[in-house]
Amino acid sequence: MKTVKLTIDNKEIEVDSSLTVIQAAELAGIDIPKLCYDERLDIFGACRMCIVEIEGNRKLQTACSTKVREGMVVHTKTDRVIEARKDILGLLLDNHPNDCLICEKAGSCLLQDYAYEYGVKFRTHSGKTRDPYIDDTNPFYIYDAQKCILCGLCVRVCSRLQVTGAIDFVNRGFDTIIGTPFNDGLINSNCVSCGNCVSACPTGALMPKSKEKFRAWEVKKVKTTCAFCGVGCQINLLVKDDKVVGVEPVKDAVNEGLLCVKGKFSFNFINHPDRLNTPLLKEDGVFKEISWDRAYEIIKEKVDKYMEENGPDSFAGLSSARCTNEENYLFQKLFRAVLKTNNIDHCARL
Amino acid sequence: MTNSIAEIKNNDTIFVIGSNTTETHPVIGAFIKQAVKKGAKLIVADPREIELSRFADVHLQLKPGTNIALINGMMNVIIENKLYDEEYINKNCENFEELARLVKNYPPERSAEICGVDKDLIIKAALIYANSPNAGIYYTMGVTQHSTGTHAVMSLSNLALLCGNIGKENAGINPLRGQNNVQGASDMGATPADLTGYQKIFHRESLEKFERAWSTKLSDRVGATITEMFKLIEEEKIKFLYIMGENPVVSDPDTNHVISALKKVDFLIVQDIFFTETCEYADLVLPAVSFAQKDGTFTNTERRVQRVRKAVKENGLAKPDWQIIMEIMNTLGYEKKYTEPKEIMKEISSLTPQYSGINYEKIDANGIQWPCKDKDDTGTKFLHKDKISRGKGLFMPVEYVKSRETPDDEYPFILTTGRILYHYHTRTMTGREEGLNEIAGSSYIEINDETANRLSIQNGDKVRVKSRRGEIITRAKVVNTIDRDVLFMPFHFTDGQANYLTNTFVDEIAKIPELKVSAVSIEKLKEEDHV
Ligand code: SF4
Ligand code: SF4
Ligand code: SF4
Ligand code: FES
Repeated sequence: MKTVKLTIDNKEIEVDSSLTVIQAAELAGIDIPKLCYDERLDIFGACRMCIVEIEGNRKLQTACSTKVREGMVVHTKTDRVIEARKDILGLLLDNHPNDCLICEKAGSCLLQDYAYEYGVKFRTHSGKTRDPYIDDTNPFYIYDAQKCILCGLCVRVCSRLQVTGAIDFVNRGFDTIIGTPFNDGLINSNCVSCGNCVSACPTGALMPKSKEKFRAWEVKKVKTTCAFCGVGCQINLLVKDDKVVGVEPVKDAVNEGLLCVKGKFSFNFINHPDRLNTPLLKEDGVFKEISWDRAYEIIKEKVDKYMEENGPDSFAGLSSARCTNEENYLFQKLFRAVLKTNNIDHCARL
Repeated sequence: MTNSIAEIKNNDTIFVIGSNTTETHPVIGAFIKQAVKKGAKLIVADPREIELSRFADVHLQLKPGTNIALINGMMNVIIENKLYDEEYINKNCENFEELARLVKNYPPERSAEICGVDKDLIIKAALIYANSPNAGIYYTMGVTQHSTGTHAVMSLSNLALLCGNIGKENAGINPLRGQNNVQGASDMGATPADLTGYQKIFHRESLEKFERAWSTKLSDRVGATITEMFKLIEEEKIKFLYIMGENPVVSDPDTNHVISALKKVDFLIVQDIFFTETCEYADLVLPAVSFAQKDGTFTNTERRVQRVRKAVKENGLAKPDWQIIMEIMNTLGYEKKYTEPKEIMKEISSLTPQYSGINYEKIDANGIQWPCKDKDDTGTKFLHKDKISRGKGLFMPVEYVKSRETPDDEYPFILTTGRILYHYHTRTMTGREEGLNEIAGSSYIEINDETANRLSIQNGDKVRVKSRRGEIITRAKVVNTIDRDVLFMPFHFTDGQANYLTNTFVDEIAKIPELKVSAVSIEKLKEEDHV
């Protein structure tokens, strides 16, 4: 590995020569703002939020697309850089509806975060704003063109990471939006509803259709493992008032920030009213609610009876590929150590 | 998996057989597509045209149940052309001569005939696989759910050994496990012959180790598999059946048979998070909490033990499964108590060599791939690094044999079943998601367009499908992605439930049912039959 030495905001660091300035800065603990950058994707260089001043260059450079060089001296927060970023944000906001008060993305929206950080307000202007366009045909998420900053992250995530290629930039110039090839609604495209574009969108342009209203600061995040398939994707459950209201992918994990439709959107079963709430005993063909104590009593009666009349091999158990390791372990322990039989299996074969 | 998910993107060649990966393991499917975009070659062997076949260099659209003939044919080409890894074989493998002798009888012409594919495609696939420095094999139930499933897996392992692809990074032989914790359930000994970590119950030393740890005597008699259990119930030998988190009325083959066994058993406990189809037949139903309401671990398909964390409270009186089992044990006089799953993991790692270095602190950030031997071990990215795990890699030549049920005049079509992207297993969870039902809400059967035309069946028509075990009504989905004599049905749905048709022939070694091949008939429902 070849390394180079460079200075970023007076901090000297040595990094792999293949890195970009934005990556080197991250290693140095310096945060450079970015709207179209994702470390999993190749460089796009569209938003220009990541501009920095590099000594010896007259023009400001985009940190996400500039490779590090030996002896490079980078400044990420000079007045000139800050003014330029303000201009960029100002222009983006000119095209953006003044909706933050009611937008569910507020609190986790990069555009809003940067506007706050750089003190940029919505301004009144007589110029044109973009026409409203909403695609809500997909049952899981919605696209609102007015909130879209055309950073292209969704398009690139869909084509490079999910490799479905359902969406692209359509129309030209001022009328550019994100859409499907024939623009007849996301549901009629080859979109597989993985929601990976939604997870990547920095603004409120692509949003899950949530049953519950919630905002970033109202939820706690609990990292866990998706319960659907053997890939074992890592997810953050978003919890509000003891309810799971959303799911986001974990990037630094086996799934590299990707999910499928089940992991991303199928969480409503958790709080579903059909959930079983009490033990049920069938008497004369009808199920009646009973207490746990009563349930255990019945189990004991039955176990004693069959153990005496029929012996250990009259017991059998089916364990679950849906349950945890600890539960599978205890289940076989119950059958082996307590009921003294090896009649235990699970549905691994199905 | 012998290897890791992250390695997929660095395979030079990916051979996907019997796996509709983009639907069953979508994120792995995405990684496979990324690899192809980066330049990897892709070979797909599947009876249907699937999303991955559009990315493939070769798609072998073989008849269901002919995997072994295909793999033997590929090995024939590799051996005839001396493309195998001689040095690797000399160093690591035994029984090469036997293999060479057997596959000599599978020239590509013969395999092509059996599999119903063009012989040039078999040759092409063999050359691509053999000429790649790093080739990984990926498979799922399309390989295992056959009466010859275990043999097909051996056959794949022969192929991988032949080209030196085992014990190597970015290659290997990689079963993709279907349900979230199938790997873990097997690791934990939820099978009739194994204690945790595949320690055999008939192996004296292992059994004694557990007897000491659990302070009790244990039986060394191998127990019954799921299919055997249903038989033993009918013979009135099994009286008490406890089902935790499974829904065999929908997921298991030959539904009528399953139902009659569940009706017959004296006492049935079903423990689940919803009132499933199987609960109907229970005497006692116990409410469990979902994955989001408890702590624990799942082990994914690449052997990575990862944390499950409690995010929301228990609903009603429902309890975590571990707590219910523990309380039952305590009620029955076994005193051991655990206050949290972490303590159970401690006991697991003390008894399970592959898990001995695993604890909750260590797996907190990123999980760990077993084997993990001690507290300093950071886990194992790919298996068999220095030597093939059994000492030497043994070639196990296997002959192709026909599926147990083949089409005849009465049942002229092969029905094959599988999963779709939008649902999980028996839909107890995904069936309650409106959006998923909006996209995929009901059962269907895929039928080739020419066949449909011949039988005057149109897209969306109601059809009756019959097998020797039962009949169902579902809707036809007319496609051009499946062979003329093959039909496909997802097994998730209860309105037109595929498993009424499937058979219970099992693979004698792994006891996996032959869900991928049943002989059926199909007819358009007449007006007056409409129900
Ligand atoms: S929808 Fe979001 S991710 Fe896509 S271009 Fe617009 S702002 Fe960027
Ligand atoms: S949901 Fe997935 S497939 Fe659909 S547009 Fe977004 S990234 Fe592409
Ligand atoms: S998100 Fe999808 S691919 Fe990932 S573990 Fe869950 S079901 Fe599997
Ligand atoms: S982040 Fe660099 S140009 Fe957008």
